[in-house]
Amino acid sequence: MGDSAADDSKIPITVDFSGGLEILFSNQRHYALSLPAADKDGSPSTIKSLVGYLLKELIKDPRQDLFVLDGHIRPGILVLINNADWELEGEEDYELQAGDNIFFVSTLHGG
Amino acid sequence: MASLHANGTLGGGDDSQNQHDSNLDNGTSRRLTDEEFDRYSRQMIVPGMGKEGQLRLINGRILIIGAGGLGCPAAQYIAGAGVGTIGIIDGDVVELSNLHRQVGHSTSRIGMKKVDSLITHLRDLNPLPTYIPHPFPLTPQNAASILSAYDVILDCTDNPATRYLISDVCVLLGKPLVSAASVRTSGQLIVLNCPPAPQGVLADGPHPPCYRCCFKNPPPPHAAPSCGEAGILGPVVGLMGLAQAGEAIKILASALHLPTHTGEANLRQPTLLIYSYDLAGAVGPYTFRALRMAGRKKTCFACGEGSEGRLTLEGIKDGTPDYEVFCGLNATPKGGGLSPQERITAGAYRAARERGELEGHLLVDTREREHFSLGRIEGAVNVPFGGLLMKAAAIKREGGRGAEILPGVGVGAEAAIFVVCRRGLDSQEVVEKFKELGLDNGGKRRIMDIVGGMKAWKDEVDPSFPFV
Ligand SMILES: [Zn+2]
Repeated sequence: MGDSAADDSKIPITVDFSGGLEILFSNQRHYALSLPAADKDGSPSTIKSLVGYLLKELIKDPRQDLFVLDGHIRPGILVLINNADWELEGEEDYELQAGDNIFFVSTLHGG
Repeated sequence: MASLHANGTLGGGDDSQNQHDSNLDNGTSRRLTDEEFDRYSRQMIVPGMGKEGQLRLINGRILIIGAGGLGCPAAQYIAGAGVGTIGIIDGDVVELSNLHRQVGHSTSRIGMKKVDSLITHLRDLNPLPTYIPHPFPLTPQNAASILSAYDVILDCTDNPATRYLISDVCVLLGKPLVSAASVRTSGQLIVLNCPPAPQGVLADGPHPPCYRCCFKNPPPPHAAPSCGEAGILGPVVGLMGLAQAGEAIKILASALHLPTHTGEANLRQPTLLIYSYDLAGAVGPYTFRALRMAGRKKTCFACGEGSEGRLTLEGIKDGTPDYEVFCGLNATPKGGGLSPQERITAGAYRAARERGELEGHLLVDTREREHFSLGRIEGAVNVPFGGLLMKAAAIKREGGRGAEILPGVGVGAEAAIFVVCRRGLDSQEVVEKFKELGLDNGGKRRIMDIVGGMKAWKDEVDPSFPFV
């Protein structure tokens, strides 16, 4: 907590991947990240900003299309904000808060 | 201890079997037989179950759709618990590669219908329930008549099209649905439509979600690997199947399958359980996660506002919605699809070839390699759809040449391109992609979709074609 207060320009969050998405992110399921608190235009960082950051900084696999299609999270991926469906929280435009956990889950169909 | 009862009289079993059609109140006051009492005593003394809960199980009817990695463990525990009527539907036969996870089958029953194999196992475990075999696949045509005879439905299937079909029919019939899935080292579980609320009703909510409320669109086909492609660990899928049995038993024993008139009172927070297993690490803090999902959505195709007008049992039987199209064509072609000049029927394509009008053309077949290997139109080259989409995106992103997407075969830059797929959907999207990549040379080069794909080729041109 003290750390985030010390640097207001950054937001500490955690990001998790499951359902196979971790393969796109170096097979690592859990990340602790420090994101800019605001976008270039000065507006607060949102889920959309986070997705841009993930594409730019974190995704190692060339198959980005398995994560983002036409500029949006692809169909078949659930986004959970602090363990709740992002539709309960405002989807892409949700403004990130310090300590948030964002969880990306690919829905499965095997059995 | 179990051996004391294994040879006990079966006389009481007939009583319980005859009561499965009775409604909830009937039958929960009868006496248990001696065998029932012994067999179920350990679960009856669990607080909340009791004799009444046990009799609800005995009077209950559960349908297990899929007798595989989820269905086997689910069926074992549901049978063990004494659910009175257990239906199992699956068209497959037992294969050796199933047995590491589908532990209700056995090596000696390889080649047997999975439904018969699993029921053989279950009867030995508990002879009291009535087992109903449905040894064929679930289809839009048979789904409603089969599901309507049960109280709780378990989705233990392995593909998105069947998952959407099952959920839609459950919404229309008012059945709770326990849905699970597992691939590789991950598992998911969610209870849907429970307690059931009438289709399209939003007032006095919140009401429980259906599968479409939670998962509005299926993933692109190339992003949804099957267990056969991606692999699967037995305990991971098994755990999900066991959890399904647990939820189904809870629903019956607590009578949650009965429609409620006070939606809010009974609606529990819809929860998606995620199991992430890690072969390389011990149990960690992220192994199990319980995620809060939203309730029924106003905009849901199946259960939302006005859904009665677009989703009906009759419509499903007649092919509306088309579940294969829905799950194969998630990324609809932009710009309203192709013009008539960009499409050719299989018959017309063949005729033009025979007239020698298509000298030097390129025929791209976008089916999966396995399908292509079973049969192809002479001269076709295989570029599977998933890889093609990815490559197209990579070329756009990295500014490569559009022609890089074509297979390295000797065709001129002016040669017409024809695209064929399995049923004629992917091919339309591929024609769009080729144009986006500039392969049409500003309209100078013909790029055409063969309408209806290899299915149409079989129907219109070559009845002996091995279409799979
Ligand atoms: Zn719905």
